[in-house]
Amino acid sequence: MSLLEVKNLKVHFPVKPGMFGRVHEFVKAVDDVSFSLEPGETLGLVGESGCGKTTLGRAIVRLVEPTAGSVLLDGEDITRMSGSLLRARRRTFQMIFQDPYGSLNPRMTVEQIVGEALDIHKLTDSSSARRKRIAELLQAVGLDPIYAQRYPHEFSGGQRQRIGIARALAVEPRLIICDEPVSALDVSVQAQIINLLRDLQQQRGIAYLFIAHDLAVVEHISRRVMVMYLGKIVETADAKTIIREPQHPYTQALISAVPEVDPETKRQRIVLPGDVPSPIHPPPGCPFHPRCPIAEDRCRTEFPSLRDTALEHRAACHLAGTKITAVAPAA
Amino acid sequence: MNLLEIKNLKLDFGSGAEALRAVDGVSLAIGAGETVCLVGESGCGKTVTALSIARLVPAPPANYVGGEIRLYGTDVLKMSGEALRNIRGGVVSYIFQEPGAALNPVFRVGSQIKESLKLHLPEKANDAEVIRLLKLVGIPAPESRLRNYPFELSGGMQQRVMIAMALASEPKLLVADEPTTALDVTIQAQILELLHELKQRLGMAILLITHNLGIVGDMADRVAVMYAGQIVELSPAKELLRRPLHPYTKALMASVPKLRGDAARLSAIPGNVPRIGNFPPGCRFAPRCPIAKPECSKAVPELVEVEAGRWVRCPFWKSP
Repeated sequence: MSLLEVKNLKVHFPVKPGMFGRVHEFVKAVDDVSFSLEPGETLGLVGESGCGKTTLGRAIVRLVEPTAGSVLLDGEDITRMSGSLLRARRRTFQMIFQDPYGSLNPRMTVEQIVGEALDIHKLTDSSSARRKRIAELLQAVGLDPIYAQRYPHEFSGGQRQRIGIARALAVEPRLIICDEPVSALDVSVQAQIINLLRDLQQQRGIAYLFIAHDLAVVEHISRRVMVMYLGKIVETADAKTIIREPQHPYTQALISAVPEVDPETKRQRIVLPGDVPSPIHPPPGCPFHPRCPIAEDRCRTEFPSLRDTALEHRAACHLAGTKITAVAPAA
Repeated sequence: MNLLEIKNLKLDFGSGAEALRAVDGVSLAIGAGETVCLVGESGCGKTVTALSIARLVPAPPANYVGGEIRLYGTDVLKMSGEALRNIRGGVVSYIFQEPGAALNPVFRVGSQIKESLKLHLPEKANDAEVIRLLKLVGIPAPESRLRNYPFELSGGMQQRVMIAMALASEPKLLVADEPTTALDVTIQAQILELLHELKQRLGMAILLITHNLGIVGDMADRVAVMYAGQIVELSPAKELLRRPLHPYTKALMASVPKLRGDAARLSAIPGNVPRIGNFPPGCRFAPRCPIAKPECSKAVPELVEVEAGRWVRCPFWKSP
């Protein structure tokens, strides 16, 4: 059985009502998303800002309420669970946030931050056991336990992210939603955190839903990758395959847009025209068609659903697999 | 004569015993039409170096302790207020990381661009010229866009407006401080493509500040790598990316995951980026350096030309 199963999940936010308080429009932040995650696996989720990837992560842990669909954890539906029952289930899944500055309470010491989870779930029975457990957790994330009495502002960004990870580990979760865990860090520190997450996974068998916009980071850490555009999954496949053989034109453009360090790889860059359209009024047909270099007539009217295009490879495109070549930049 | 020549620039924040040195002996020259990238992590002094070219770091709190910044031979650090105003925008223009924060939210974008024209080319301060500039930076329907307020534009479009403002005065040097860091990759690709094209069409030089080594490969002729207030490596871009010489540059390149890479594990740099005021003695990278020797923490190594055009601040750069 899958550790996590997401079925037709939708999160729609009402747009500010008009003069008479009636809600006319919705932002479809997450629109009919389904996937599953096995124990100990890392699933990458990539997309540009505003595509709904953070909302999807938050809806899974019930930090935002799903509009429709269900989230199953170990086969148990947590979508409509509430109160103490939900709180107890939260031991299974935790979250790490993007901003290591904003996600730690500046008025709590490291010991209080990490210990809070232990207290809520009553995981230690004496204060000495609690102290010992906190020291263990700090060591596990590569921090010296003598720092337990310090406050977050005394640490660098990378160290703060380690504190956030220690807090998530405190309840021994089986799933951690990592929402852009390294994008606020310095380049030379990113690799430390990525390596730490990998080591912890190998030692403890934790599964990750790894949300990021950096394709190289996601390819490096994930076994499978999902690409999101305007609230929908547009392609999913094995990490190596999706980077080497992308089938959806959006994925192809996304990969070609990543600037590469190696001066020898002179690839053709596909520069997409325009911006991501408004999720309030997504275009009809395929939501990507206004920016797609190979769009045909049916793409403007017919919505392409996610379908198998190769072994273990799914794409939401009528023309999946068509290689696009570099197009002239919009200027 | 070089367009820009920075010689041994030293800049402190604060003075006396509490002075913190943010830029420590930076020397850098940029020729006409050249693209130079300044690479480094947060707090290494790259933005302060770039801002001091037009003396935009206010003093106090800053204190230009020493060195020269020569634009066409004239030292910016000795210029009068009026001469500085002509330089700013007239010779050097800036674009910044957060276009949304750099634009004034209560003025239409057209009038903000026109303001730049009024200052430097008053005879051209009209709608036709604004429309021409908006067209130049690839904004569709410029006739109606000039009446928009900044909030009505997306991040990519706002950055295009910033570029149009910067170009309005026909500068010789465009300083772009992390111009794409706040943007998505597909939009980043558009903006980089635009800068590349404009550079070729207008023949201006670009100083591009970034922490992304991938952008260096795409854009730069030469690269300066900064660490803790100093340039540690200066080199033609292609050669640096092919064969970095300084241990910091090597470590930085090895720590970035590459697309289609197959490294099972990233080689992380231990420790943290030192903060200003807390720079270690001797070589500032020594505490994190894989080949550091005891003498590295004693004296600050000099930036030495070890091969034609390649400067390295490390006496042990040949060690593997």
